[in-house]
Amino acid sequence: MSSTFETIANIIAETCDIPRDSITAESHAINDLGIDSLDFLDIAFAIDKAFGIKLPLEQWTQEVSDGKATTDQYFVLKNLSARIDELVAAKGA
Amino acid sequence: MRLEYFQLIDRIVELNLADRKITCEATVPTASTIFEGHFPGYPLMPGVLLVEAMAQTSGWLVVAATGFERMPFLASIKDAKLRTFVTPGQVLSVTSHLAHEGSGFAVLNAKIKAEGKAVADATLTFRVLDFPNAEMAEQMRKQADNIGLKIEARADG
Repeated sequence: MSSTFETIANIIAETCDIPRDSITAESHAINDLGIDSLDFLDIAFAIDKAFGIKLPLEQWTQEVSDGKATTDQYFVLKNLSARIDELVAAKGA
Repeated sequence: MRLEYFQLIDRIVELNLADRKITCEATVPTASTIFEGHFPGYPLMPGVLLVEAMAQTSGWLVVAATGFERMPFLASIKDAKLRTFVTPGQVLSVTSHLAHEGSGFAVLNAKIKAEGKAVADATLTFRVLDFPNAEMAEQMRKQADNIGLKIEARADG
C-alpha cells in the first residue's frame, strides 16, 4: 500500500504542482488538495500508465451520483491506493 | 475545409483501429473571410484552426474506436507546436494516434504535415461522453459518411 501511495502522491505533486509534503494518505484529492475533474484526468492517465490499469472513473462517479458510494471511498488517497492495489491484483489474477 | 461550418476535415484517408491510428486530408481554402483579417496582405491559416484540425481528426478516431457510441469533447491541449506557416490552398495530412483510452477520457498524439514537412503537433485529451442527444448523434453519423468514415470500419472497433 505504501509504495502505491508514494507513487500516486508523486504523480499528484508533479501533475498539479502541489508540494509533496502536503499530500498525505488521509488527503482527499478533491476536498483537501483542490484537484478538479480536468486535473484528475491527467492524474488518472498517469496512474493508468504507471500501474497498467484502467481506473474505472465513470463507474465510481456513477456510484457517487447514485448515493451508493461516497467520494471518500475513492478519493481519499489511502482508499484510492487500496482501490489501485485491488485493480492491479485483479489484472494479475 | 468548410471553415464557415467549422468543418476542418475533408476526408478520411486511412483508419486503422488495430493500430489506433487515423489519417485525414484537409485542404485549406484559397479564399475565406478569415484571411482578410489573418492577415491583411499576408494570408495565413490561424494556428488555433490547425489545432482544431488535429482535434477533429483525433475526435473521429475516438468516435470510430467507440463504435460510434460516444462523443469526444476536447478538454486539454498540451505541447502544441506550430512549426511553420500554412497558406491558402495547401493540402494538409493530419494524423492521430490514440495513446490511451481511459474511463471517460482519451489521450491522443496528433500531427499535421504538408508536402511531407512537419507543420504542427500536439497532445490532446478528450472527455468521452454519451451523445447528449439523438440529433447530435445523427448529425455526426451524417458527417462521418460525408468524410468517408466507413460503417464497416466502425464495426471493427
